[in-house]
Amino acid sequence: MAVDVKIPTVLRAQVDGLTSVAIEGATVGEVFESLVTQYPGLRSNLLGDDGGMHKFVNVFVNDDDIRYLDRLDTKLSDGDEVAILPAVAGGA
Amino acid sequence: MARYASILGLIGNTPLVDVSQLSPEPGVRILAKLEGQNPGGSSKDRIALKMVELAERDGVLTRGDTILEPSSGNTGIGLALVSKLRGYGLRIVMPENVSVERRQILEIFGAQITLSPGEEGSNGAIRLAEKLVADEPHYRFLFQYGNPANTLAHYEGTGPEILADCPEIDVFVAGLGTSGTLMGAGSYLKEHKPGVKIVAVEPPAGELVQGLRNLDDGFVPPIFHEGVLDRKTIMRPRASIEWTRRLLNECGVFAGISSGAAVGGAARYIETTAMTEGTVVTLLPDGGWKYLSSGAWTDDLDVVTERATRINYW
Repeated sequence: MAVDVKIPTVLRAQVDGLTSVAIEGATVGEVFESLVTQYPGLRSNLLGDDGGMHKFVNVFVNDDDIRYLDRLDTKLSDGDEVAILPAVAGGA
Repeated sequence: MARYASILGLIGNTPLVDVSQLSPEPGVRILAKLEGQNPGGSSKDRIALKMVELAERDGVLTRGDTILEPSSGNTGIGLALVSKLRGYGLRIVMPENVSVERRQILEIFGAQITLSPGEEGSNGAIRLAEKLVADEPHYRFLFQYGNPANTLAHYEGTGPEILADCPEIDVFVAGLGTSGTLMGAGSYLKEHKPGVKIVAVEPPAGELVQGLRNLDDGFVPPIFHEGVLDRKTIMRPRASIEWTRRLLNECGVFAGISSGAAVGGAARYIETTAMTEGTVVTLLPDGGWKYLSSGAWTDDLDVVTERATRINYW
């Protein structure tokens, strides 16, 4: 099953300038494994040394943050949109 | 109740109003806490007062000092109000792409404004503020993103007010900026109402901020603790504006764009978790006054949406 992974501006240099990449995978973790195999430059940007998520990366499935779903085990359905966004300061 | 020694006495104790017209599920009520009723016009009056009070208590602030703070507007306005009455100077570092009204209000309160690059978002304002404080240590730096008084203002004020006015609360939904509202009110509600769900709503800031050089420029507020939240959802500019319009047109509530996002987040939570009954309380951070120039209620939705991707409306 294929999902669309949206790549933020700050990481596009690692994926040949693409704004999104279609990847197969049943969970976010599987999709990320395929993604970093295809684009090794992304690994250190997405995953921490412990294999978990990078501190300054937020990942959303259909606009819900996976840290509050099942993190990298969050299940995906065909056509889901996975958005990778850098964590930045909110206005206040 | 109707007579106050100072305008600062009007901070907090904001009303809850039923906006269940906007609920996607007839059995689920939505109540909105109108923070625009604060005298400076936003929930940030609460944290401005609390940060100043605690700094005074700790001897960090003395009359005549000048406070320097990064703010996209509301915290700046709250601090301007408090500073004027307590005898402090104020310099606010704000992204250049905030609405003109926010700057105008800061100016009439006498704050000095320093602009940071718009494409760097609030990260840029924080970075510039930190540099200015390092260069000129006479500034007093309260730093809302890392100041426990920010959380405390909501733990002692917003949270208890919500529970007193709505003991039947099941879900609390609020926007995420510094995270102070969610951390403070969220912690209080979790401690005093077991089972309550705390839901964060945020704009797709990582998309809108174009000036990020690499991920190490990222930022998570020091006062943020992941464990307080049960869910975090993005509300995009278009949906935020649509909900801001619905608040006005269906409920007569004239609120800012982040308020539209909060209500939209509440509706989305009700739908995605298939709630069939219960009560959701959502916090509307400010009124609509400061966003008239954005055309949010008047201009074509596509035009306003495009504009909202360039202005800092959070």
